Amino acid sequence: MAHLELKNITVRFGGLYALSELSFAIHTGEILGLIGPNGAGKTTIFNVLTGVYKPTEGDVTFEGESILGKKPHEIFSRGVARTFQNIRLFSKMTALENTMVAMHCRSNKGVMGALLRTNSQKAEEAFIKEKALEALKFMGVIQFADTVASNLPYGSQRRLEIARALASEPKVLLLDEPAAGMNPSESSELMKDIARISERGIDVLLVEHDMKVVMGVCNRIVCVEHGIKIAEGSPQEIQNNPKVIEAYLGQPAAKHD
Amino acid sequence: MIQEFKKIWKQYAITMLWLLGLLWPLLGIHPDGTISFKQTITVWLYILSGTFICFIIYIINSSGNLKFFTEPVVNTSEKLNNMVQNMPSWIWKSVLLIGAVLYPLLTGRYPTDVAINVLLYICLGLGLYVVAGLAGMLDLGHIAFYGVGAYTYAILNVRYGIGFWVCFPLAGLSACIAGCIVGYPTLRMRGDYLAIVTLGFGEIVRIILNNWMSLTNGPNGILGVKTIGILRPVMENGFSFEIFWVKKLEYFYYFALVLAILTIIAVTRINFSRIGRALEAIREDETAAELMGVNTFYYKLLAYAMGAVFAGFAGALFAARMKFVSPESFTFLESVMVLSMVVLGGMSSIPGIILGVIALIVLPEVFRELESYRMLVFGLTMIIMMLFRPSGLIAAKRKKMMEKKS
Repeated sequence: MAHLELKNITVRFGGLYALSELSFAIHTGEILGLIGPNGAGKTTIFNVLTGVYKPTEGDVTFEGESILGKKPHEIFSRGVARTFQNIRLFSKMTALENTMVAMHCRSNKGVMGALLRTNSQKAEEAFIKEKALEALKFMGVIQFADTVASNLPYGSQRRLEIARALASEPKVLLLDEPAAGMNPSESSELMKDIARISERGIDVLLVEHDMKVVMGVCNRIVCVEHGIKIAEGSPQEIQNNPKVIEAYLGQPAAKHD
Repeated sequence: MIQEFKKIWKQYAITMLWLLGLLWPLLGIHPDGTISFKQTITVWLYILSGTFICFIIYIINSSGNLKFFTEPVVNTSEKLNNMVQNMPSWIWKSVLLIGAVLYPLLTGRYPTDVAINVLLYICLGLGLYVVAGLAGMLDLGHIAFYGVGAYTYAILNVRYGIGFWVCFPLAGLSACIAGCIVGYPTLRMRGDYLAIVTLGFGEIVRIILNNWMSLTNGPNGILGVKTIGILRPVMENGFSFEIFWVKKLEYFYYFALVLAILTIIAVTRINFSRIGRALEAIREDETAAELMGVNTFYYKLLAYAMGAVFAGFAGALFAARMKFVSPESFTFLESVMVLSMVVLGGMSSIPGIILGVIALIVLPEVFRELESYRMLVFGLTMIIMMLFRPSGLIAAKRKKMMEKKS
C-alpha cells in the first residue's frame, strides 16, 4: 500500500523546472532510497513532501488523503518527519530540549496551563520528557542530554537530528544525507540504526550519496536526474541500469575498433 | 616581555591623547563662544591619574607579584560561589524578598521612587524578554504597549470614572490587542526589517497619542488620574467597607513589587514550558521549528501578545502612580532604554535582565553628582560593560533536566 505518494509533481521556479511530472510512492514498511547527481532535485522533493514548497502541479497524498497546501507543522503532526542536509539543530538548546521541541505537536497545554502549573501540565511535561529521553536513548545520544547542541561532536549532531525527528513517533521518516561527513565506521553504525528505525514500523525515505549505505540498507531505490525519474527498482536493478550509470558517469566514449 | 610593555604603554598614551581630543570640544567650548582649557585639563588629569593607578596594578598583577593578595580573594569568592550553589534556592529567594519588603522602610522617599521605577522597568524588560530574548524578534517599539496600557487606564478613569481594578485587566487586554495588531503584519519579516517595522509602530502610537486631541488631550496629556483604591474593612458603627486611596509612595512600591514578582514568576514558568521551548526553537531556526511541528505563525503572535500584556499592566500602574500621562513618557528613547537593559543584562536570562534594569536605572541616579558628565560616564560604563561581557551581565544558563548523578 502506498503510504506517502507523489503524483505527477511539477515544481517550477520561474522558467526553471526543478521537478517535472515526478511520481513515486513510499510503501508501508520499506526503506526507499532516493539517489541522483547533485542538483537533481532530491532536496526539492523533500521540501514538497514536508510542505515547504507548494508544487506548481500535481498532488501529494499521505494515507490516502491529500496534504497539498497544508502547513509544514500540520504535515509534521500527521506523521511525516525529516532531517536536514546541513544540520539544523536549535544550537543554543540542549539535546534534550531539542528533542522535546519535536513533541510540541503531541501536547496541547497552553499559556494558562504553563502559568498556573496545573497537575495535568506537569504530567504532560513529564510525558514529553520521557518520550524525548526514549528517542535520545534509541539513537544512542542519551549521554549528551544536557549538552548544548552546538557543542556535540559532528556525528552525534546528525544522530540527535534523527532522534529529534523520531521523538514525535512519526509514520514516515525522511533522511536527507544522514551519512554526509561520516567516517566508514560511523556510517555502518548509521546503516544499522536505519534498519532499527524500519523495524519500529516507520517507513524511511533516504537521500544519500554514499552508495554503500544506500545499496546496503534500501529495499527499493528511485533515481532522479534533472527533476525527472529515470529509474526505479531494487538495488541490483539500479546498479545495472544503463541510464543510472550514464547519469553518474556520463555517456560511454566512442568505441575503439 | 619588555617589548610587550612598550607596546602597552604606547597604546595607553595614544588612548589618553585621544581622550583629551574628545574631552576638549565637550568641556572646553562654552555655549557663549568662549574657549577654555583649564576645566578640560583638570578632568583629564583626574582620569589620567585614576587610570594610571589601575594600569600599574594591572601590570604588577599580570607579572604575578600580587598573588599574596589576589589568591585569598579568588579562593574565598570560589568558596562563596560553591556555597551559594549548594544552598537550596528558597533561602536566597526569601532573603531577597525580605530585603525588598523592608527596603522602603529603611530608606527614604527618593530611593523608594527610584525602586518603583526599577520594578516597573523589570515588568517592561521581562515583557521584551519574551519577544526579543525567547522568540528572537528584535522589537524597537516595546514602549508603545506601555503607553497603550497607561492611556487605557487614564482615559477610562478620567472620562468614565472606572476604577483601577477594572481597568487593570482592560489595560492588559488593550495592550494585547495592540500587540496582535502590530504582530500580525510583521510576522513575515525577520531581523532588520522587523526592527524597522516595530520602530515605526512605536512612533505611530506616540504620534496618535500626541495628535488625537479629542481622546488623549494631545501633548498636554491627561491630568487627574485617580490612584489605586482598595476596600478596607471598618469596624465603627457595625462592619462595613470604605475605600482607601493609596497615596503614599511606600504603598505604591508594594503594588509594583507584587506586579514585578508575579511577572517574574509568569515569565519563568512560560520559559520552562512547551511554549518557551517552541519560542526558543523559533529564535534558533524558524524553518526548522516549523518543520518540527511548531506553528510558528501562532507562536510568534503569542509572543507579541504576551510581551504586550506585561507592558500594559506595568503601564496601568505607571499611570496610577504618576496621576498624569503624556506622550512624552513613551518616546523612542524609552524603547531603546528597555532594549539596552535587556541586552546589557543578558538577552536570555531572567536574573540578568533584572540586574540590567537595576544597573541602567540606578547608575544615572548614582552619577547625578557628576552633573554634566553624568551621561558621559553612563555611556562609558555601558561601553565597558559590553566590551567585557558581550553576552550580558549574567549569561543564559541552560537548565539541567537530567537527575544529578551522585
